Amino acid sequence: MANEKQANGRPKDQGRILEAKGMTKRFSGLVAVDNLDFYIPAGAIASIIGPNGAGKTTFFNCITGFYQIDEGEILFDGARINGKTPDQITRSGISRTFQNIRLFNNMSAIENIMVGQEPHLRSTWIGAILGLPSTRGEDARTEERARELLRFVGLEGKGDMLSKNLSYGDQRRLEIGRALASKPKLILLDEPTAGMNPRETIETTDFIRRLRDEVGITVVLIEHDMRVVMDISEHITVLDYGRKIAEGLPAAIQTNPDVIEAYLGRGAAQASGA
Amino acid sequence: MNMLRAENSRSILTLGLLSGAFILFTGAVGMIAAFHEREVVDDVISLGQLLLLLAPFATGFVVSDRLRASGTGSLLIISSGVAVGLLTALPTVIMLLFNSDEYRFLLDLTLKLIPFVAATYYAWQQYRIGSDQRLIIGSWLAIVVLIGIVSFSFALIFEIKGDLRSVLPNISRDWVEVVTFDHPKELMTGIATLLLVSAGAGAAGSFMVLVPPIPRQALLYGLGVTLLVGAFGETVRLILQENVDRDTLKQIFRRDTLRQDPALMLFIVSTVAGFLWAMFGQQARQGFANLEPSRRRMVNGVGLLIFAGILLMLPWLIGRTLSDVAVTIGIFVLMGLGLNIAIGLAGLLDLGYVTNYAVGAYILAVLTSIGPLGRLDGVFTFWMVIPVALLAAMCAGFVFAVPVLRMRGDYLAIATLGFGEIIGKLAISDWLKPLIGGAQGVQAIPKPVFFGTELRNPEQLYYIVLVASLVTLFVSIRLNNSRTGRQWMAIREDEDVATAMGIDTARAKLLAFTLSAATGGVAGAIFAAKVGTVFPNSFTVFISINVLSLIIVGGIASNPGIVVGAVVLIGLPELLREFSDFRFLMYGALLVIMMIKRPQGFIPSKLVSHEIRAGVNAKAAAAAAN
Repeated sequence: MANEKQANGRPKDQGRILEAKGMTKRFSGLVAVDNLDFYIPAGAIASIIGPNGAGKTTFFNCITGFYQIDEGEILFDGARINGKTPDQITRSGISRTFQNIRLFNNMSAIENIMVGQEPHLRSTWIGAILGLPSTRGEDARTEERARELLRFVGLEGKGDMLSKNLSYGDQRRLEIGRALASKPKLILLDEPTAGMNPRETIETTDFIRRLRDEVGITVVLIEHDMRVVMDISEHITVLDYGRKIAEGLPAAIQTNPDVIEAYLGRGAAQASGA
Repeated sequence: MNMLRAENSRSILTLGLLSGAFILFTGAVGMIAAFHEREVVDDVISLGQLLLLLAPFATGFVVSDRLRASGTGSLLIISSGVAVGLLTALPTVIMLLFNSDEYRFLLDLTLKLIPFVAATYYAWQQYRIGSDQRLIIGSWLAIVVLIGIVSFSFALIFEIKGDLRSVLPNISRDWVEVVTFDHPKELMTGIATLLLVSAGAGAAGSFMVLVPPIPRQALLYGLGVTLLVGAFGETVRLILQENVDRDTLKQIFRRDTLRQDPALMLFIVSTVAGFLWAMFGQQARQGFANLEPSRRRMVNGVGLLIFAGILLMLPWLIGRTLSDVAVTIGIFVLMGLGLNIAIGLAGLLDLGYVTNYAVGAYILAVLTSIGPLGRLDGVFTFWMVIPVALLAAMCAGFVFAVPVLRMRGDYLAIATLGFGEIIGKLAISDWLKPLIGGAQGVQAIPKPVFFGTELRNPEQLYYIVLVASLVTLFVSIRLNNSRTGRQWMAIREDEDVATAMGIDTARAKLLAFTLSAATGGVAGAIFAAKVGTVFPNSFTVFISINVLSLIIVGGIASNPGIVVGAVVLIGLPELLREFSDFRFLMYGALLVIMMIKRPQGFIPSKLVSHEIRAGVNAKAAAAAAN
């Protein structure tokens, strides 16, 4: 990971790494994401929160190209990415994990990470059949880097296990490792601490911080655990019914009446306001 | 004396009747009578009778194993084996009674009683749960009438025809002869013999459970070897014929059948061998595992060398007839390895693989034929056309893959199945008749010529198949352990996520289809050269299904598995002609059993280990540094 480490540890704010304008996604009448404007500051740990069904995962799916948006545009590093396919978007530097872990179950852990490096691989099938030195060299490098990443996510020694045989926490870690393998500038984590016990949650939180501080990746996470969100986020976007209802620093979000209303209902909002 | 538990007596009953149903079914489809044609040991037992014995033996073994696990005493275990044997014979005995002139009235009676018994049983159940009385009486009447219509009409048919053969053509005199152990005239003696033999086999199965593990393993091994050699007597004789002089052969075999004395000797020798292996096999393996890595590699190397030698010498060891079978197996190994790229590696269920086979065969036929359809007499030779056939099949694979790229799973299977049918129809069509001969096909395809020698015999063609298979094997191993292979596996596991990893799935899938098609084309070309003629009806959906089945039975994505699958599914029916009539029945049964008992196949695919290898290298490097 050394090559990606930024010299001063924490990267400077370089503006907006991801920005959407008027983003809308409809599913035959149901508006899942409604005319959304938002941005993610470069080098930040940002969170997307909102009640169940607020459109958070749909939002991720739109950014990563799994869904094509109906209106608006999405800019990544200043370039339009809406209309591109998921593999093109991954190649441009965004990678993600999934809410329900989606590893390649019948492949070993290390192979999962090797597949994750796909955007940087150049070798061809002909090279593989002929055993060209360039292909062999690339394979060796891929394997070596996969082993480094395994160590980075704390799975050293478990690389030859089938990923489906790993424990739940290890599977979450492996999925993040696989997402890191593409050397992304932006990583989207969909509920990284779901189903974890308090200790594992703290470990994961620390790990996410290390990602940003040591590797210099902008992190966006969807998260339900408010302690995690308030603990590590520097920027929070709150969604409800596909619309953005608030945006800003954790402290401001915590006292925002619209947010309280969305989570706890009108009465609670009035009570806290009074 | 401990008692049988309820679940144990239930398992005796169900498993016993199940094996009985198996025996009756195999008889009713004609398997037993057909297998009777082949003697396993001269004048002792035929393959059909073996089937009659194996079912109670195996069932007795399974049942007794369960009983012993629940702590039942030996006497009870043996008697349960007897019970299983009797139950196994029961359905067959009933059928024998129905089939005889004297007792046919029993069938009539049963058929007429069935509706009443069924209706009364149902009504009793309804009564027990306290249903309305009118409902009970109504349903009783309804069931009597409904089942009665079917049952009474069957009774009528049998009364008119006077025998079972109109409905069950294989319940024939031959069948009666086999199941009564050659007492077709004295029915009661026959039934008694059947019951006795079956009970004995069941008891023998139970007895096996009581024997300590090592002698048991030895006994089963000896029995297995002897019966296999006997069953494949013809094959064994053909192999020996190449290597042993005629007189010795005559002492061992009477025609194609193993004689009694050699059979006994074989049994003793293989039992002793089995005993030694059971005693010392564990130690030997342990010793091998404890060897230094360099020594172990040497032992492995020697093993590989011997294996390679056998592969190279095979045609001279097994003779012409079996070489022919070996070539057929090889052609299917070739196709299996090819299709495995699509199915095993990339998870694309392609049911139209015959397309590539047909393309390869027709390309070779049209380009090299010296008959009326070959207008390029002698310009192209086999060797020049093989690459053409390969490329043509790849093109076909590519073209057929484009429209199905967006389809997944079942939809893909159905679409490719359709393509396979299209090719068959095209081959037989009038439209292409001027080019490929329609139903008459293409004839007069010359044999390959290798440095002036015409490769006319299967012994020589074998080497072409061998080389092609080895090349394919090499390519598929290299691909499996490469970036491309990992792309395919990722697509197999989860196509959406594969896309999210930056894989261009459309491209990877096209490549899988195209490369998979290539060996199908080569296999087709070799097939055409071997047979010398190409007909449309050689290219049916059954080819695709055969290839798919051999992959599934052998082990998906496992190269050795594919070879084993091809030997079992393609080779065995060729060697045992009796099997070939029941080929698809056995395929079906084998696939069902495999899916339940061993879904990963005979030889499951192995995971490539990356970390362990790295660890070994690191240790070696550390040792070198010191």
